[in-house]
Amino acid sequence: MDEFITTNDVHLYYGEKEALKGINLSFPAKGINALIGPSGCGKSTYLRILNRMNDLIPQATMTGSVKINGVDIYSPKTDTVDLRKKVGMVFQQPNPFPFSIYENVTYGLRIAGIKDKQVLDERVERSLKQAAVWDEVKDDLHKSALSLSGGQQQRVCIARVLAVQPDVILLDEPTSALDPVSSGLIEDMLLTIRDRYTIIIVTHNLQQASRISDRTAFFLNGELIEAGKTKSVFLNPQHQETDDYISGRFG
Amino acid sequence: MKTKLQNKIALNIIRIIAALVVVILLFLLGDILISGVPHISWHFLTSASQSFESGGGIGIQLFNSVYLLLLTLIISFPISLGAGIFLSEYAPKNLFTSIVRMAIEVLSSLPSVVVGLFGFLLFVVQFQMGFSILSGAIALTFFNLPLLTRNIEESLRAVPNLQREAGMSLGLSKWRTVTRVILPEALPGIITGVVLGAGRVFGEAAALIYTAGQSATNIDFGNWNPFNATSPLNLMRPAETLAVHIWKINSEGVMPDASAVSAGASAVLIIVVLLFNIFARIVGNSLYRKLTATK
Repeated sequence: MDEFITTNDVHLYYGEKEALKGINLSFPAKGINALIGPSGCGKSTYLRILNRMNDLIPQATMTGSVKINGVDIYSPKTDTVDLRKKVGMVFQQPNPFPFSIYENVTYGLRIAGIKDKQVLDERVERSLKQAAVWDEVKDDLHKSALSLSGGQQQRVCIARVLAVQPDVILLDEPTSALDPVSSGLIEDMLLTIRDRYTIIIVTHNLQQASRISDRTAFFLNGELIEAGKTKSVFLNPQHQETDDYISGRFG
Repeated sequence: MKTKLQNKIALNIIRIIAALVVVILLFLLGDILISGVPHISWHFLTSASQSFESGGGIGIQLFNSVYLLLLTLIISFPISLGAGIFLSEYAPKNLFTSIVRMAIEVLSSLPSVVVGLFGFLLFVVQFQMGFSILSGAIALTFFNLPLLTRNIEESLRAVPNLQREAGMSLGLSKWRTVTRVILPEALPGIITGVVLGAGRVFGEAAALIYTAGQSATNIDFGNWNPFNATSPLNLMRPAETLAVHIWKINSEGVMPDASAVSAGASAVLIIVVLLFNIFARIVGNSLYRKLTATK
């Protein structure tokens, strides 16, 4: 397997509490990877390590190494601003900026210095199309993003991330606050972009993980129990805990 | 049955208290407006005041109040914006931050007359700035700074953390996230706070008596060179404001129509402050609607 993201012996502490207990896990370039496990198992914490969002929590300390495309993202030379352009993130709650749809999608680009209206227009259209929300919003791009429904907001947030053309997209339970129809749209959309991006999705929804992901990693109590091809994890789990979790005996 | 009765009694007591507040306010407003409004005329609003004869106006005092307010905002807004951003977005939990916070608390609880006397000793006497608009504006800045800082800090804090994460995760630096995402979102709250604070500053008298002075020198509204002594824009001229004027008429006014002038001036002051309040609401609401486009 050609590894695009590798994490070695990653420990993360919130103060005294050890939230991740030595995670060794890697992901290939492109494709969808699902992180599953019960609440508080550390999967979201792990996800936030990959774009250094945990840096924002003052009492969190981390050890171990995280390499993306061969570059140690925790080396002192790493510019977190650059890192987060390459590793985009979508959150559980849709969090569009309270500006227009157009401004939301172009925000990252304009901050990066792109001013050419034509380039921006093009990028907005492409990103919104990729995020499967173009047809619903193309007639009022200058309406506030907050006036959209939750599902549309979330897809605009995904378009906002796609617009900066990252290598990796992290999704932290992106559909758990949405209705089934919107969730389905987002799942379909992820499947259409899986060939272009390395996607890592945290989900509580086991069906979702089995439907869309190529690979699955199962976390429990801050430890990685099992990781591999989604099919084999779901059909032929190697560990008793994995079996118990995916068959609904706990969690 | 007993708890139901208790609930009813408590609710009614609270209702009476709330109604009492409204009644007191209406009574005050009504009294001031009824006795003052009949004296307000174009002549009253534009002409200079008289010391010994009747028929004086409040033109210069009104201009002084507005000018002083603008100067105060020009000085205090940038400082409190910086302090507010620091406290809400950057300040680590350490000794320095708690000292800053405490300083702001103490500053906001200083009686305005003390601020005025301090300004008198330091600026008017020590720095030889004399009774001047500038001394007054600096004293009012001390008075306004803590309120404004706290308002800005709270408006920024009210922006959900999700927005900060959204900004950072898009590759915006912290500073850009604050200035391009958080600040615009907090703007309606900040503007409302500024305008409400402006209302308080506009009505302030005690801090100005010893700093901006109690005399309204004649100014020439045809002369806008700020370095000329009779120019309205001159920073170093003494400038009695409307609130100070009211205080002065009532304590030592000898003009025959003192009570009428005082009543008229009070009514003008109240009306202006009310306008500030209404304006703050309208601007805050419409800015919020515009930014979020939730029509």
